[in-house]
Amino acid sequence: MKFGVVVFPGSNCDQDCFYVVKYVLKQQVRYIWHKDTQLNNYDCIILPGGFSYGDYLRTGAIARFSPVMKPLIDFAHKGKIVIGICNGFQILLEAGLIPGVMLRNNNLHFICKDVYIKTENTDTPFTNLYKHDQILKIPIAHNEGNYYIDNKGFNNLEANGQIVFRYCSIVGDTAGEFNPNGSIQNIAGIVNKSKNVLGMMPHPERSSEKLLGSLDGLNIFSSIVRWIKSH
Amino acid sequence: MIEAKICITLKKTVTDPQGITVKHALESLGYKEIEEVRVGKFIELKINTNKRKTARRHLDEMCKKLLANPVIENYGFAIKEVK
Repeated sequence: MKFGVVVFPGSNCDQDCFYVVKYVLKQQVRYIWHKDTQLNNYDCIILPGGFSYGDYLRTGAIARFSPVMKPLIDFAHKGKIVIGICNGFQILLEAGLIPGVMLRNNNLHFICKDVYIKTENTDTPFTNLYKHDQILKIPIAHNEGNYYIDNKGFNNLEANGQIVFRYCSIVGDTAGEFNPNGSIQNIAGIVNKSKNVLGMMPHPERSSEKLLGSLDGLNIFSSIVRWIKSH
Repeated sequence: MIEAKICITLKKTVTDPQGITVKHALESLGYKEIEEVRVGKFIELKINTNKRKTARRHLDEMCKKLLANPVIENYGFAIKEVK
């Protein structure tokens, strides 16, 4: 199976994602320049973290109109697997593939640290190797991770089981004090309604090797491989 | 040529952490009477046309598609003819 990692001007986690897929997962992977529009040969596309277009206007607002985005939206609508990490999540929101928006972190700081997140839905292509409520240690690194959606939208997310990860304490307490950025109801990652598109602020590609202090993120990529092989 | 001044603000229902911080800073400067601060964006652009109606329609599209995010932001603009 073949992964593609989209490279926008200003992406900076593209090489980390590429490395994990190629050398840790041992799967095929190619970079996709943001001007490329051929996505037919891929099984999964990763929108990596970074500062696409310098975060001008709003995070992801300009990347959302890159040439690669139109075929990517078609790719997602066909039910193929798309994962957006950090800036990739912000781009998915601007593109409307996942509902909601990002506001600035409520403390106005760029936050770069390890956090704990709780796996709330294991019935997705991205989390099928985790246990329900499993707590993962994965780093965040962002300035706009304060996820917001109106009440009606939030109720829909909950009713459809779209909330995949919530910020929590080391033992899984999802109280507000364990929320690093002020996101609504501690949301750290959500899927679209049909669950083939995931957006998450924490960086699983930075927690996929023992050397980096945590292996907890690797099963997100391994879950994708497992899901695609069985479908 | 038409000059447009676009103002983008966060909707009232959306918390504005930047505005809250600016309010605190102004208070620490002694301006205790401030009720609320909301921070937004201001964009100025020039359009090569004299057709006001078309310019307004295009500006509205630009705001909806790119300049503002209608989920959390309101926008408004004023236009005038310039040389």
